[in-house]
Amino acid sequence: MASKVIQAIYNDDDVLMTAVKKVKAAHHHIEEIYTPFPVHGLDKAMGLAPTRIAITSFLYGLVGLSVAITMMNFIMIEDWPQNIGGKPSFSFIENMPAFVPIMFEMTVFFAAHLMVITFYLRSKLWPFKKAENPDVRTTDDHFLMEVSVSGNEDEVMSLLQETGAVELLVSEKH
Amino acid sequence: MYTFSNKLRIGSYILMALGILGLGYGFLSAPSTIEEAKAVVAADSHHEVHDEEMAHAEAAHTTTHDEHATQEAHDDDAHGEHLLHQLQNKPWAALYVAAFFFMMISLGVLAFYAIQRAAQAGWSPVLFRVMEAITSYLLPGAAIVFVILLLSGVHLNHLFVWMDSEVVAHDELIQGKSGFLNVPFFLIRALIYIGGWVAYRHFSRKFSIAQDTAEDDSNFKKNFRISAGFLVFFLVTESMMSWDWIMSVDPHWFSTLFGWYVFASMFVSGITVIALITIYLKSKGYLEFVNDSHIHDLAKFMFGISIFWTYLWFSQFMLIWYSDIPEEVTYFVTRIEDYKLPFFGMLVMNFVFPLLILMNSDYKRVNWFVVMAGIVILLGHYIDIFNMIMPATVGDKWFIGIAEIGGILFFAGLFIYVVFSTLTKAPLLAKRNPFIEESKHFHY
Repeated sequence: MASKVIQAIYNDDDVLMTAVKKVKAAHHHIEEIYTPFPVHGLDKAMGLAPTRIAITSFLYGLVGLSVAITMMNFIMIEDWPQNIGGKPSFSFIENMPAFVPIMFEMTVFFAAHLMVITFYLRSKLWPFKKAENPDVRTTDDHFLMEVSVSGNEDEVMSLLQETGAVELLVSEKH
Repeated sequence: MYTFSNKLRIGSYILMALGILGLGYGFLSAPSTIEEAKAVVAADSHHEVHDEEMAHAEAAHTTTHDEHATQEAHDDDAHGEHLLHQLQNKPWAALYVAAFFFMMISLGVLAFYAIQRAAQAGWSPVLFRVMEAITSYLLPGAAIVFVILLLSGVHLNHLFVWMDSEVVAHDELIQGKSGFLNVPFFLIRALIYIGGWVAYRHFSRKFSIAQDTAEDDSNFKKNFRISAGFLVFFLVTESMMSWDWIMSVDPHWFSTLFGWYVFASMFVSGITVIALITIYLKSKGYLEFVNDSHIHDLAKFMFGISIFWTYLWFSQFMLIWYSDIPEEVTYFVTRIEDYKLPFFGMLVMNFVFPLLILMNSDYKRVNWFVVMAGIVILLGHYIDIFNMIMPATVGDKWFIGIAEIGGILFFAGLFIYVVFSTLTKAPLLAKRNPFIEESKHFHY
């Protein structure tokens, strides 16, 4: 596919923010923005949907809690209910306070780790992944916005020029 | 400036009047002799079950009845006296729990306020006047608690068993503690705590108002310094206050993290009341600069401190349950046997409910969600204090009846009256606070 994008480079996050708002107002599609650090409010300006990762984390926590309860109920109560130091292993609820530290830790463990793995999967991050960086300066002190073009190249170019871009590049690699 | 709406003022009068009636009924209906006490218990218990049990017990004991006749007569006397003390304690304990509960709300707010000042928080200065108004209840509230303690000290009630010299004479454990647990020292300590808290509150409010018209930030700096100092004083006195005013109703029992546990309870109740009053004032259009983000922050604190309270509750419970040492565990044995519903019910109200309701970030911005969670948290922490005081003072004769509800209504009315009259005395937005601009534009 030979779709064209214009890469506009900025050297200030405030300029970038106003540029994003202008480009959105002119109804051009922003393909991607590369920044060296999180720019507060950028996702809102771009109109990105809010993340649902907290919801997944809550569900993973419930899984962890169920695993802990099932595991300890089976091991300590059903499979071999020994008398260990007089602890009441007749039913789960009777011995529950002793299980709470494990139930808590398992909930946190599942919620945290599975959420991080979800994040890696959704953001397509893994070791030996080839970096997708159109310009090395975007990890240091420059901000890069990619705007897709479909025949109206000059118009988009002049718009981006007005927004204070320090450099404009037309790229065809996408 | 805030004007105390007539509706609310009359409402607070009505609450106080109803509360006095309820408490008065509680005091008047308390038995004054052993015979009356027995009659009350006999009338209260479910007749059918009671009769059946009696018949059953008699049948089982007929053979040994004669041998124990003399012994039983003696036991009966001791039992009757015990019963009388428990029933006489009921209205006093109802009064004390409610008085302490509302005092602790304003003390919790005072601690929160001092933390906001010492931490130089940028979000909360728009709420300072609300917090200052809530802490204005501290002086009357603590004074009432002190009067109740004083009345216990002159033996008008049996709330604190270690104040009874006859009990102490036969109790070596209490004798060993009498260096700390004696009435004069107890009352002097109480005066020191209350004096320190009220003094901080007085000066902090004074500097806060002076800052409104000041030329420089010297009042703000003074407030910063006394807040930091107060927090040190508060941590020590709050801990000792919880030993004195609450733990000493069970003079045979002790727990090292009790002070923190009581602190967590007062802290979360205080933050909840800040949120509720802020939402009320905002809905009446008085707090122009308070936005959803401020409510969100308060709700986050309610959520976080609720979990902190649960952590301390569980740490205390689990350590004692796990080791099961007889001299410690009786505390929880009596609570689980006689107070099963309030004891575990408060866990649902103070932990499970806020955990599930306030976890979602969007819900923390919905005012009626915060109000609903706040009401449940406040009721839950009333029951928490109830569970601390009642088992040692009235035992299994507890009931949330007219006297208990009367106590809540009276102090709620007084609290509303004092807090909202203080709100009228100063502008609701602190001017010239170095952080006020940041706070006005606070956005999360």
